[in-house]
Amino acid sequence: MIRLERYDAIAHLVLDMPDRGANVWNQESLDAVGQCIADYASDEALKGLVIRSAKSSFLAGGDLEQIEAIATGGRSAEELHARGGELAELLRRIETCGKPVVAAINGAALGGGYELCLACHHRVMADHPRAQVGLPETQLGLIPAGGGTQRLPRLVGVQTALGVLMEGKSFPAAKALKMGLVDQLCPPDQLIETAERWLADSPVSIQPWDQKGFKVPGGDMEGSAKNTMMVATAMFQAKTYGNYPAGTAILSCIAEGLRLPIDAAFEVEKRYFVSLLLDPVAGAMVRTLFLDLEAAKKGARRPKSVGDLPLDCIGVIGAGLMGGGIALEAARKGLEVIIIDRSVEEASKAHAYVQRFFDRRIKRRRATQEECDAVKARIKPSADYADLKTAQLVIEAVFEDRATKAKVSSAAERHTTDDAVIASNTSTLPITGLAEAVDKPEQFIGLHFFSPVERMALVEIIRGEKTDERTLALALDLVARLGKVPVVVNDARGFFTSRVFGTYITEGVGMLTEGIAPALIEQAGRMSGMPMPPLALADEVGLALMHQVGEQTKADLGDAYQANAATPVLNQLVVEAKRIGKSGGAGFYDYPSDGDKHLWTGLNERFELAADQPKVEHLIQRFLTTQALESVRCVEQGVMIEAADIDYAAIMGWGFAPYTGGPLTMIDNEGLPEFVARCDQLAARYGERFTPPQLLRDLAQSGQSLRG
Amino acid sequence: MDTLIIDALRTPRGRGKASGGLATVTPVELACHPLRALKARHQFPEDSVDEVILGCVEPVGEQGGDIGRIAALIAGLGEGVPGMQINRFCSSGLDAINLAAAKIGSGQADLVIAGGVESMSRVAMGASGGAWATDPQIASALHFIPQGISGDLVATKYGFSRTDCDAVALRSQACTAQAIKEGRFERSLVPVYDPNGIELLAHDEHPRPATTADDLAALRPSFAMLGENYGFNDVARLRYPEIERIDHVHHAGNSSGVVDGAAAVLLASADGAQKHGLTARGRIVSCASVGSEPCIMLTAPAQAAEQALARAGLSVSDIDAWEINEAFAAVVLRFCQELGLDLDQVNRCGGAIALGHPLGATGAMIFGTALDELERTGGRYACVALCVGAGQGTATVIERCS
Repeated sequence: MIRLERYDAIAHLVLDMPDRGANVWNQESLDAVGQCIADYASDEALKGLVIRSAKSSFLAGGDLEQIEAIATGGRSAEELHARGGELAELLRRIETCGKPVVAAINGAALGGGYELCLACHHRVMADHPRAQVGLPETQLGLIPAGGGTQRLPRLVGVQTALGVLMEGKSFPAAKALKMGLVDQLCPPDQLIETAERWLADSPVSIQPWDQKGFKVPGGDMEGSAKNTMMVATAMFQAKTYGNYPAGTAILSCIAEGLRLPIDAAFEVEKRYFVSLLLDPVAGAMVRTLFLDLEAAKKGARRPKSVGDLPLDCIGVIGAGLMGGGIALEAARKGLEVIIIDRSVEEASKAHAYVQRFFDRRIKRRRATQEECDAVKARIKPSADYADLKTAQLVIEAVFEDRATKAKVSSAAERHTTDDAVIASNTSTLPITGLAEAVDKPEQFIGLHFFSPVERMALVEIIRGEKTDERTLALALDLVARLGKVPVVVNDARGFFTSRVFGTYITEGVGMLTEGIAPALIEQAGRMSGMPMPPLALADEVGLALMHQVGEQTKADLGDAYQANAATPVLNQLVVEAKRIGKSGGAGFYDYPSDGDKHLWTGLNERFELAADQPKVEHLIQRFLTTQALESVRCVEQGVMIEAADIDYAAIMGWGFAPYTGGPLTMIDNEGLPEFVARCDQLAARYGERFTPPQLLRDLAQSGQSLRG
Repeated sequence: MDTLIIDALRTPRGRGKASGGLATVTPVELACHPLRALKARHQFPEDSVDEVILGCVEPVGEQGGDIGRIAALIAGLGEGVPGMQINRFCSSGLDAINLAAAKIGSGQADLVIAGGVESMSRVAMGASGGAWATDPQIASALHFIPQGISGDLVATKYGFSRTDCDAVALRSQACTAQAIKEGRFERSLVPVYDPNGIELLAHDEHPRPATTADDLAALRPSFAMLGENYGFNDVARLRYPEIERIDHVHHAGNSSGVVDGAAAVLLASADGAQKHGLTARGRIVSCASVGSEPCIMLTAPAQAAEQALARAGLSVSDIDAWEINEAFAAVVLRFCQELGLDLDQVNRCGGAIALGHPLGATGAMIFGTALDELERTGGRYACVALCVGAGQGTATVIERCS
């Protein structure tokens, strides 16, 4: 529990919340710390206070579940305002208690945890890799609400404070000291002693900002901070397209707050904090990107019936980009990897892949050649399937061809142990069909990694018709071991990610046929919050590839095939203009060797510009809506094991506009009846792809939501 | 009730830096020069002026604290003469005149001096701060970008190339040189003296008559770095998503010059003129101020001119002399494009690219140039227009008294 321990004239406020791995701010801790501070302040025998943690971290910040509940609880502005200042008020009592208080930072002090440190008169930090400080609230769509936006710029200056607040990164001890985020470092085992020595030697019990004549270091809003703020505002807008109110709120807290005495400045901070709680972005981001995502990473979809499974060695077939990437990631996480290709030489390309990855990091001094060699040593290149005998799971990452995949899967099954799992890294071929190539289809599964493997967080796990629970559990174990995020789906054409993600490109490419200016299409894509605009993305994926997939689908489906909005455009570019995308140096963009890529001017000749151009907001809506509708269709058609997984998977998988909290949350926040009505309008104008699925109509009718 | 234009005077424009000819003159003293000259020329008695209105865009420091009233007092117009300072950014000097015309026209004043002052060498652009650029909520909501990038945005959106803009600059220099050579500014120029009577500056200091197209072509774009490295181009594209990239066409040679200067215009009602024995050179026919989209900022002058013309019952073809402030070359081009004018029809005595743009004073200065030009050419109507920060435009139509 949180308690005050007395050692003669010195007291320790010990942060030690019961039944929790880490200390957090919630009602319980607010009350307990408040009581300790009151006891310290009123006890005349006590001359100094050390605030320390009994856990491996100091204090991890706010209780996310509580924050999510507050942010999505439909509370009124008055209610939020009345309660929004609790932490700030408590911290203010600490720094104005009249006696010195020192923070002994042993581990992570993040968010409200670091704000507690900021309210102390001195900050001592253990020089330990685990110890870090930071204010990550912006990543949740929030801002610090315990005075952090006010104390930090007053402590370290506006420029440094912006660097900490805007990105939400954490800083290790040495960096924190250099930036002035803490006052002193010491060896971990001397933390308390060092803190107590400060109390004995040179205690201060008043904050700089409470002293007369205080000046903001580096210039205030009448000085250099004015220009800093102007540029920071523009750069933030440029980076986020106005989709993230939290960043602008931080800027405003500083710009407005620094002109005020600190108590009035806290009011400004609270006002912006409340405005963010009233905005759907924060609640959406907390739920999807923290609660849902954490649950997924911790194995929420792992079958409960399956116990721990051994996993220390995997096989990878095919040493191309995907195979090499998977081998790299597995070996980096300590797994033994056997990589098979036509020859040992071919298979050894995985080593080259690892070396290339490490070269970049070694150059930036973020890794050493020894680490690289250790990773390579865990990857064994081979041309002999018999070497797979020690692998508990084998992933084939060979050419996207049914016969080739069948051949290697079958070979892998023959050379592995009875309980080994065979996985296919296919992005398009149905898993149930591929499973026919092996004798034990129940031990066959899809593991759809994205390229480049080392950078893409999501892995789509595709359960074939016969895939059993043990197989699914082992696949999830591997994904967890790689530190990646799993999403489990059923077998269907395009699975989930490719299918939904494809609608974004189709929509953007199709807009050309409506005479919409290419630059407007692209900017609408960026402004929608997608990581890349649709035409540029199409160039990256490859126009020839997209065209070919279309042709293949046409051949597969016969009469059932329906051309989509992008088909005529791809025909024109690929067939007529011979522009195959970025790999060919020409697609929707030109790629001059001596400059930045720019939109191909020939587009304006082939697709005559409409006299009336739509508003960008309309295009943004179309981009997000088409993806959201396809997501709901996936739910309706049973593609998802769990509908709610769509939200985090869309964001982690292809960067679906994170501020929305994912496609389903986005629809819920708009309101189902409103969304359905809007889709009907879009469908009337642009066609069936915008027709809302029946599931959506039914839910709207019965007043339900997608996420509940 | 008509507002009669009695006279319009200005100081020369000194280069807006410490080595400039007017840099040692305080803003109040600078403003006093044309005020004293008006008094000397027209001999109106002490305390007879009903109002002094001075435009000033950075009214802080020594330009702050109601420089209109302080200059009126120090110029010796009399303790009974009230004064005020107004600010509508670059059109302040013209808006001072329009405000005076409104007072006179509505019968609330009979004799008013309107003009403006800006000592850019002493009080830097941006000195007065303001929420528009530095309040994060406001800057975000209004898509604030520095004005030069707005100028580049105008060029990009309306298709003006670097060559087009340089041609405007070259013409500004040539027309200015011609005007100076012919003494067209002599009537309105008031030399500036130090307190001991030593002449500091008698002629405009900023023109570079020897400028060639090659000289201009060699200049580096002024706003490319600001736009590209600090996010402002991207902010502009949030508001103008159809633009793929902003073409940075403006540079020191085709944008208005930074200078010091002051101007004052004596305006009167018919009664006021008669009472003090003043002869009218012209009259104010109409005026207008309009707002426009603030990010691109500089596209309102044509609309303001059209509105002023409509109020006067006139059309574009009725105007014999056009003054459009050369804030940036693209502003002049866009003004002509919108109104269907040839470049040769506007700014025939050059403009702020050659002469400089003392922010608060310019409107009154080019107002005087228009009047002088009507008299020189025997024209009847002139229209004066300026683009204004935060998306505004002001225009005034005047008529010469025959």
